[in-house]
Amino acid sequence: MVTDTFAEGIETEITVMELNLWYGAKQALKDISVDIPKNSITAFIGPSGCGKSTFLRCFNRMNDLIKSCRVEGDVLVGEDNIYESNVDVVELRKRVGMVFQKPNPFPMSIYENIAYGPRIHGEKNKEKLNSIVEETLKAAALWDEVSDQLDSPALDLSGGQQQRLCIARTLAVKPEIILLDEPCSALDPISTSKIEDLLMELKKDYTIVIVTHNMQQAARVSDYTAYFLLGELTEFGETRQIFEMPREKSTEDYITGRFG
Amino acid sequence: MFSPKTSERIAFAFLTLAIAIVVAFVFTIIFYITSNGIGAISTDFLTQGPKNRMTEGGIFPAIVGTVFLIIGSMAVALPLGILAAIYLNEYAEEGRIVWIIQMAINNLAGTPSVVFGLFGLAMFVKYMGFGASILAASLTLALVVLPVIIRASEEAMATVPPGLREASLALGVTRWQTVRKIVLPIALPGMVTGAILSVGRVAGETAPILLTGAAYFLPRLPTAISDQFMALPYHLFVLATSGTNIAATRPIQYGTALVLLLIVLGVNFVAVMIRRHYKKKMRW
Repeated sequence: MVTDTFAEGIETEITVMELNLWYGAKQALKDISVDIPKNSITAFIGPSGCGKSTFLRCFNRMNDLIKSCRVEGDVLVGEDNIYESNVDVVELRKRVGMVFQKPNPFPMSIYENIAYGPRIHGEKNKEKLNSIVEETLKAAALWDEVSDQLDSPALDLSGGQQQRLCIARTLAVKPEIILLDEPCSALDPISTSKIEDLLMELKKDYTIVIVTHNMQQAARVSDYTAYFLLGELTEFGETRQIFEMPREKSTEDYITGRFG
Repeated sequence: MFSPKTSERIAFAFLTLAIAIVVAFVFTIIFYITSNGIGAISTDFLTQGPKNRMTEGGIFPAIVGTVFLIIGSMAVALPLGILAAIYLNEYAEEGRIVWIIQMAINNLAGTPSVVFGLFGLAMFVKYMGFGASILAASLTLALVVLPVIIRASEEAMATVPPGLREASLALGVTRWQTVRKIVLPIALPGMVTGAILSVGRVAGETAPILLTGAAYFLPRLPTAISDQFMALPYHLFVLATSGTNIAATRPIQYGTALVLLLIVLGVNFVAVMIRRHYKKKMRW
């Protein structure tokens, strides 16, 4: 694997050391080590089945839900090794939020969707909840479109609006990191560009990791890019370098569309 | 053979016929029982006990008995069944043990009700010493409907999209909170349907209660769950087959059947209300 050393003064948010992952007997991730920088957007790219989504799900331990899945190695979020046995996965997932491929708002009102997380985590104050809803909807660039219909069903929104609602819902729990698993693959180009603009805005306050199949998207929004192939991290570096001067032949082949 | 258009028409005709037959049967039964039974219904019929060796008077004790059975068996079967379904659908990991549990539930569902009656007699009436009583009969009926409730609840929970569970868990919400706040509210209408089916079953079952506590005739109402009781289906059976004057009590028999029907329909109505309420709450 080839890794660029970052410029001086770049803080690391997630540190992965020699991570291996198996589904039953099949190894899905092989010996991955990488540092993901804070307050930046890191894109995971690579052909289908290369393990990029699986890797993303290591950061909030969503892989725990799959019985046959086994992980070895260390993942540090901030200072904490999240694969230690005493780690509270529920607490971890408050720190590391996730937005999924298919928009999945709850069958409740727009307001209730956002208030859901804070409420379960103990926020009862109505005014506080109101302000969380307003703030997060504004942060997700959805407020102007829905401010007068907060009580209407979230599922009446368009796909792109639903996905931004899901981002707002994630923000409402106040995470440090936001993981996005192909968040635009079910959306039209206009909705996609809205989400991309939003991510550029959000990286000021959050560390963002995005899995994408869309090469242009990776080039447009990300600061760093990781290219995966067959469960291995083939190349990682600044996005410009990866796209302009990839060091590995297979990275170049993939980026230029020769396979994938 | 036929052209696609003709076979389409023939298929549609058969489907329509099937539905027509089903609907016709339902309405015939309801109409037949209502028209024959309505004459017997009166305030006295609903509030008095049987008189003159059960050839006159009302069916109040049997109504009370059936209502007690519904309450008693549901109080046991609903929590047990729903909790079991939550475990099976939300917590258990696929494997040999779960497979054995599922098989056991399927077999329980296929067991003839008279076998449940015999089990209840041996287990609750004799071994546990509850005697022939509301308690023993309610527990037996709870077993009869348990598989219905578990199946319906499981199916209802299985319709909740997995993405919603993931979304909730990813917000740092525990599994149990996710079950309570997302899965159960969405699954509730389906679970209520299962519960209702089982109320109808409890109200109508005869064999299990016959062996565990239903009385041919009681001069007074039960006052404790350890008492014997009268119940509508058994009362109907007695009047129709071994009463003192079967022909003369025909109107009472139909009246009893009508009351039984109305109780079940009444519960159905409540279920529809509950379902509507929750559909409104969870907005699709």
